[in-house]
Amino acid sequence: MADNALTPTAAAGGGRAAARKVDGYAFFWGVPLGLWQLVFFLAPLVFLVVMTFWTVKNFRLEADFDTVNWIKMFGKGYVIDTYFRTLWYGALAAVVCSILAFPASYAMAFKASPTIQRICLFLLITPFFTSYLVRIYSWQTVISDTGLLNTVFGFFGFGPIDMLNTLFGTMVGYMTLTLPLVILLQFFSLSNVDKNLIEAAHNLGCGRLRSVFMVIIPSAKTGIILACTFAFILCFGDLVSPTSLGGSKPPTLSILIVDTVKQGNNWPRAAVVAVVMVLTLIVVAFTALYFAYGVKKSKI
Amino acid sequence: MSIDRVIAYLLRSWFILALVFIFVPIVISFIFSFSPNRYPTLPLGGFSTQWYEVILDEAPVPRAFGNSIKAGVIVALISTFIGFAAAYTDYRYRFFGKNFYLALALLPPTIPVLILGLVMLMYLSRISLVGELYSVVLAHVVYCIPFAMALIRLRLAQMNPDLESAAWNLGANSWRAMREVILPFTMPSIFAALALTMAVSFDEYMIAFFTGGVTETLPVRVLALLQGQVSPRINAIGSVVFTISMSLVILAQILLLTRRSGERSIAAGGN
Repeated sequence: MADNALTPTAAAGGGRAAARKVDGYAFFWGVPLGLWQLVFFLAPLVFLVVMTFWTVKNFRLEADFDTVNWIKMFGKGYVIDTYFRTLWYGALAAVVCSILAFPASYAMAFKASPTIQRICLFLLITPFFTSYLVRIYSWQTVISDTGLLNTVFGFFGFGPIDMLNTLFGTMVGYMTLTLPLVILLQFFSLSNVDKNLIEAAHNLGCGRLRSVFMVIIPSAKTGIILACTFAFILCFGDLVSPTSLGGSKPPTLSILIVDTVKQGNNWPRAAVVAVVMVLTLIVVAFTALYFAYGVKKSKI
Repeated sequence: MSIDRVIAYLLRSWFILALVFIFVPIVISFIFSFSPNRYPTLPLGGFSTQWYEVILDEAPVPRAFGNSIKAGVIVALISTFIGFAAAYTDYRYRFFGKNFYLALALLPPTIPVLILGLVMLMYLSRISLVGELYSVVLAHVVYCIPFAMALIRLRLAQMNPDLESAAWNLGANSWRAMREVILPFTMPSIFAALALTMAVSFDEYMIAFFTGGVTETLPVRVLALLQGQVSPRINAIGSVVFTISMSLVILAQILLLTRRSGERSIAAGGN
């Protein structure tokens, strides 16, 4: 086993030679994913784009090639407004979440023993195994006008404070969705920061706050940016928080999609919104990757 | 020195606040699932298991629960197999179009579930595969493969790349090397992938809502309840599901820990 001299080919190089010899074997492992995702992922997405050019006549879908849906959707002021509002909500949630998460992940990475870290990891993974819907329902009962928080405020003689069906409510939902993930991702990149660098900065007379901003954040920027991007992606497409905690008014793009389908049964126009959302997410994801990994290309 | 301690204390307090925020909805839901009142009140009005009785008596909930379990198990098996196959392909082969292949494997979770659900409904209804439990399974597999693949790929990255070629040199063919070297080494991640994909499928409501139609899974039922009036049944369902999934997670942890000693020896042998 220990004699590596007999086997100078590493996995990738040896694999290339082996691929020619045992095609059946390679195909057995390579084909399932390609086949499944082509048929049930790529084809549906292509169909989504095709669908944007179809028309609805007498509540029936007709295959067509008409740009009317694009023109109509982009011609409406409230659609454009909704687009920018959703961008703003997503960006706000991503930034707020990153800022709220940072001291927590910092504490976990630098101010906790390995045992505490393991317990914290377990606690942060727990929410992934609880239903997001149940947690949102729970928040409803906490922040509604007659809810638990306002009852507590009542004891102290103030309130009720409007929280449900406001932007604050939506943000509470977004944080519920993203905070554990963002803390985890930030923690992983912070715990990879070279401790010697921080010490060197200290020795060279760099203050605490300055070393956080000049040394720690730049070294952990990949994880911090990726976490922020994930938060944006999750919030940008979320339907449940803006409806159940934000009261659906004003709408986000997800709400717009659902309304377009429900009211006019207008699938093609909903598809236009969906395509615009997917394109936006792709642009955001690639921009983030560019900043996360710097100018030179590198793999995750 | 003392300022350092104050800062450390503040940071830790902030972390605990974040944990409180994360656990408030979970704990509240658990507590109020035993509340006798429809509307949550402080202090708690008493202790009652009526909401648990209600969800057991209402036919839709147990049926939805059964659907979720069935879909979850099948999704876990299919997506873990495909995820493993894709991770192994990525680990071992270089080929033309590999970046495209990897994009197909990893992109689905970056698309909002609302859009995935909508797209699946449009597409599957065209080929008459919509409204059944298998429609949910087809769509969930797409969404779950990336999680399985990522977990297993991470595990493969820890493997000594010479191990497999050593097995070939010792006379094993590719299949035998797979069975006796790769599979044992990746087994913990395969179990983890099974548990994770099942949990993801079990909790996913948007894709299931669109593709399942009248075939409801449990979270789709919760979604319906959430859009209706206040109903503590959601708390009861949530608590049952939470207890089950946490038991599964802890079981998976125990399995991983007991297996770790065995596979360490293989890994050590390669050095």
